[in-house]
Amino acid sequence: MKFSRREILKTAGIAAIAGSFPSIVFGEDDIKLGSVLDNSGNLDIYGKPMVLATQLAADEINEEGGLLGRQIKVIQYDTQSDIALYTKFAQQLARRDKVDVVHGGITSASREAIRQTFHRTNTLYFYNVLYEGGVCDRNIVVTGTTPAQAVEPVVNRAMKQWGKKTYIIAADYNYGQITAKWIHHYVGQRGGSVVQTSFFPLDVSNFGSTIAKIQLGKPDYLISALVGGAHLSFYRQWAASGMNKKIPLASTTFGVGNEHLALSPSEGDGILIAGNYSQESTSEANKKFLANWRRKIGDTKIVHEIAVSQYQGIKLWAECVKTAGTLDREAMLTAIESGVSVQGPAGLVAIDPATHHTSLDINVMEVKGQKLTILETAIQRPPSDTAQYCDLLKNPDDNTHYEVDI
Amino acid sequence: MDYAGVIILEILYMIAFLLLTSAGLAIIFGMMRVINLAHGQFVMIGGYTTIASVKAGINIYFAMLVLAPLVVGFIGLIVERTIIRFLYGRIIDTMLATWGLSLLLVGMVTFIFGNTAVSVPAPISGYQLGEFQMGGYNLFIILVTVAIGVVMWAVLRYTRAGLIARGAMQGPDVVATLGYNPNKVYMITFVAGAALSGLAGGILAPLTGLLPSSGGAYIAKAFITVITGGTAVITGTLLSASFFGTINQIVSFAANPVMGDIAMLVLALIFLRMMPKGITGRFFRDST
Repeated sequence: MKFSRREILKTAGIAAIAGSFPSIVFGEDDIKLGSVLDNSGNLDIYGKPMVLATQLAADEINEEGGLLGRQIKVIQYDTQSDIALYTKFAQQLARRDKVDVVHGGITSASREAIRQTFHRTNTLYFYNVLYEGGVCDRNIVVTGTTPAQAVEPVVNRAMKQWGKKTYIIAADYNYGQITAKWIHHYVGQRGGSVVQTSFFPLDVSNFGSTIAKIQLGKPDYLISALVGGAHLSFYRQWAASGMNKKIPLASTTFGVGNEHLALSPSEGDGILIAGNYSQESTSEANKKFLANWRRKIGDTKIVHEIAVSQYQGIKLWAECVKTAGTLDREAMLTAIESGVSVQGPAGLVAIDPATHHTSLDINVMEVKGQKLTILETAIQRPPSDTAQYCDLLKNPDDNTHYEVDI
Repeated sequence: MDYAGVIILEILYMIAFLLLTSAGLAIIFGMMRVINLAHGQFVMIGGYTTIASVKAGINIYFAMLVLAPLVVGFIGLIVERTIIRFLYGRIIDTMLATWGLSLLLVGMVTFIFGNTAVSVPAPISGYQLGEFQMGGYNLFIILVTVAIGVVMWAVLRYTRAGLIARGAMQGPDVVATLGYNPNKVYMITFVAGAALSGLAGGILAPLTGLLPSSGGAYIAKAFITVITGGTAVITGTLLSASFFGTINQIVSFAANPVMGDIAMLVLALIFLRMMPKGITGRFFRDST
């Protein structure tokens, strides 16, 4: 049989239209899960794995028979690392798509851009990224870690291992500033001293003078809350000068953007970090999660902490739906405030009813051969920073982003 | 005492950094009056070439000193033949075209390598200066920059090719009078400038985490250095890089790197207010 070019085009065209059909038409009965994440642009190093994790979590739930006998349909919008698009897509999800829940947002700025939209439209919202803490809003559930959870274990270990004199370097925006305050707080609590705290805007990439000044301060160890691609230069220049063999380094942010894969083993080895997730965890839940990722998506190298947070956030929401037995708003809020928990790849994640944040396990890890080796685990750390200000059981109408201060 | 040594070395490094990143631009903008807004992307591609070559098992020095300038020079050749040569003398159009080109290059690199920070470790280890630990690779950068500067100066000053290039700066008629085709001279100059940018990117690659968007970080400082330098490509760029590098590092040590950058920008404003044609527009007018 011979095809003319026109016929091939025609067939291909019909096939293309037919192929795109199922994604437009889906059952009236499906539960709609909205997702706004940066799948391209500057932040896609964080966003891409999160998008994949969203689909993986939804697929797993659907394979097990869905929720309330219904299938989950993910409606994903790519915000292209552009805050304006967050606002736009949040409106679309809430008013046009009328989704049952939204999981998404990466930076604190993006979360604040969309939080009020969902608050006004009573659209339940899960924010699944580590952040600076302090959001108090009954409509939101936060499943990432906050500084009080991750900072104390790493400071504790660093001071036990290396000594009391601390030098802090951090990114110059609210996350870095607040994290630095917490580091200061915990170092002081343990009788240590802070030599100096230096902040760097996100585009600083020349750290020569900083490295000399750190040496002048002669700290026992250095702790970093640096963020993003340009700040990666610090670790490289630190290693290039041979300082990584002289003054030990701890960090609260290293590894979240897979920094340990960008540095060679000789540059990264020995850095002490704290976080919720390590791929090296030998728990059953993690093995199953990674096996599923490998089977459905492929390379697990890109899996980082906040992709796992997103996955756990969706599983936690699903558990709330099961507990509530309905998607009705009041029933869902009651379920959330009953302290629902799930066993995720990073351990037990339990909703803290008063703050709508989560208690979770924090691993203190060491970078070794581009892997995060777990040294110790702090079990079920509560979101104590946000809890200082926020009690949604007492003030259910609170809708504030508190600036956590110590 | 040791600390003074550390500060001096960091100042020298900063001067070398400014010279390296602006050398290619100095040639393309200073000599041809082409505002190449894709300059930062040329530097960035030089870096990516080095990293990709090292990952493929090629010797790092060969990768950064030979391959990076070759690859970016070749890209420069394509760009000059397909875009720039139609736009000589049309400054606004060139800006628009090269800005578009910069977006295209960022997109292509993102497509090939992904939007993830990549890097290679520095091939030279640190050394001890008194009680301070210093980056040995910084010394290498300073030496390479000196070598590039000397070669550029010698070529422009003492060779036939340099004479023709300087003629081209005066205007295409001068080159034509000398018996050469201005089109060809411009092409070669543009390729040389692109190759130098690639070399800079290659050499700097081991000190930074490289992203497709990294080019933007170089371009502002490079333009300020070249414009403040003025008409004499080498003397001017050297003078302005020295002023800016020194002030940047002194303030960085006294306060922090952000204040260092601010001090540098303020100094640039003052310079340009007092000397709108750049340093060599007023002093050292006969220099190269």
